[in-house]
Amino acid sequence: MSDALIEVENLSFRRGRRVIFEGLDLIVPRGKVTAIMGPSGTGKTTLLRLIGGQLRPDRGEVRVEGRPVHRLRRDELYALRKRMGLLFQSGALFTDLSVFENVAFPLREHTRLPETMIRDLVLMKLQAVGLRGARDLMPSELSGGMARRVALARAIALDPTVMLYDEPFTGQDPISMGVLVRLIRTLNEALGLTSVLVSHDVAEASQIADVVHLIADGRLVASGSAEQMRRSDSPWVRQFMEGEPDGPVPFHYPAPCLEDDFAARTGEGA
Amino acid sequence: MNPLRRLGQLTLDALARLGRMLLFLLHLLPALPLALGRPRLIVQQLYSVGVLSLVIVLVSGGFVGLVLGLQGHNILSNFNATESLGVMVALSLVRELGPVVTALLFAGRAGSALTAEIGLMKATEQLSSMEMMAVDPIRRVIAPRFWAAFIAMPLLAALFSMVGIYGGYFIGVVVLGVDEAAYWSQLVRQVDFDEDTVNGIIKSLVFGFVAAWIALFEGFDARPTSEGVSRATTRTVVNTSLAVLGLDFLLTALMFGNS
Repeated sequence: MSDALIEVENLSFRRGRRVIFEGLDLIVPRGKVTAIMGPSGTGKTTLLRLIGGQLRPDRGEVRVEGRPVHRLRRDELYALRKRMGLLFQSGALFTDLSVFENVAFPLREHTRLPETMIRDLVLMKLQAVGLRGARDLMPSELSGGMARRVALARAIALDPTVMLYDEPFTGQDPISMGVLVRLIRTLNEALGLTSVLVSHDVAEASQIADVVHLIADGRLVASGSAEQMRRSDSPWVRQFMEGEPDGPVPFHYPAPCLEDDFAARTGEGA
Repeated sequence: MNPLRRLGQLTLDALARLGRMLLFLLHLLPALPLALGRPRLIVQQLYSVGVLSLVIVLVSGGFVGLVLGLQGHNILSNFNATESLGVMVALSLVRELGPVVTALLFAGRAGSALTAEIGLMKATEQLSSMEMMAVDPIRRVIAPRFWAAFIAMPLLAALFSMVGIYGGYFIGVVVLGVDEAAYWSQLVRQVDFDEDTVNGIIKSLVFGFVAAWIALFEGFDARPTSEGVSRATTRTVVNTSLAVLGLDFLLTALMFGNS
């Protein structure tokens, strides 16, 4: 498919003995906002790290712009990463640098632009996330939502073609959540990006996603538009999308039969 | 787990750590010349590992000098040789105590700080985000700190010895009445630049290399949790101290063993 920017093919990955992915296939179309959702612990963040080349798959491959990420040479990988922005869940701002210097960091590292131009670029990026006035603050002085927006400004500093968002809505108050939702969507349009966001905030993610992929147990369970997902026949998909406490994913962690458990205790006591 | 298996596990863990340490060094070495291209980053680190260690190094050097002066005077006066006090104080400091005590203080003051800083940068994903921005953290973060520690160590050791010599002077000459001219002239005549000072500097450079390597590795290798960082910091101080004392014996045997 020519309009696929990221292709994940037959991907397998394990951590120790724990299988994270087993034969995962999915496609991220160019120019769209794609949400990858799934329960906690399904390896959504791991998937982003595989796309960014920070982890190597055990089997299968991840291709970005048609090139397998884990087979790139180091300089090729770095060249690819310059076209790729990743917003970490924690923001991962450099705590010893001011907001301005954080956003200027990739520009200073990768370009030899004059100081006046760096200043203009940084202010433009900060303006885009609404924090031009916060340029002199230190990361410790920012609220969680502001820190994430600064990190977003830093991630788009080099004008990437792909933006990856790792749980962008987690731990945000409703207002900053709304701000982020709108930002991700408008940045995607304004900068002509391809955005991938991994999230388990179903409402927010499906609000802005053109395509939704649901993963569970290391595989792709369902994909389609958010609307298609909500009308899915699969009880599992419906349980996840509606956030019901019990269903195919049981409320109880697997345990021995209730009667046996209590009987055993009584037995011990006797 | 039975004790034998535990022992095996501990040995394997230690070997694996040693292997990771070597790989870390192999990754770091080619980055070092490149880091020299950005002297500003090194100067910033020189300030935090070097200048900020000055107080503890100078104060300790002073006290060590005072003690050497007192003890030396005590012993030398039995042989009516108190005019040799200057030589004794200076040789003890330049050959041994300067490099060794400075390295131990450095491990506690600057090494632990480096480990904690790098470990926390790892725990808060700052290193990871740097990698994703196509910036090699070894080159941008580790290498300048390595240079700073390597450069700062011999300078701090020299200052330690200098203050120590003045400490010995204060006790010996000013307080206990050793002849001032004898203190300095004997010192100048018998402390050999090639033999003593250069060997002291070599020791300092070796200790600087090892202290920086251990501190930076431990930070980089720390488990990204608060407990992991705290353990790494402890290991930095313990391992650097042991490495410095062990290496000091080895170097002393090589340098002064035959004379």
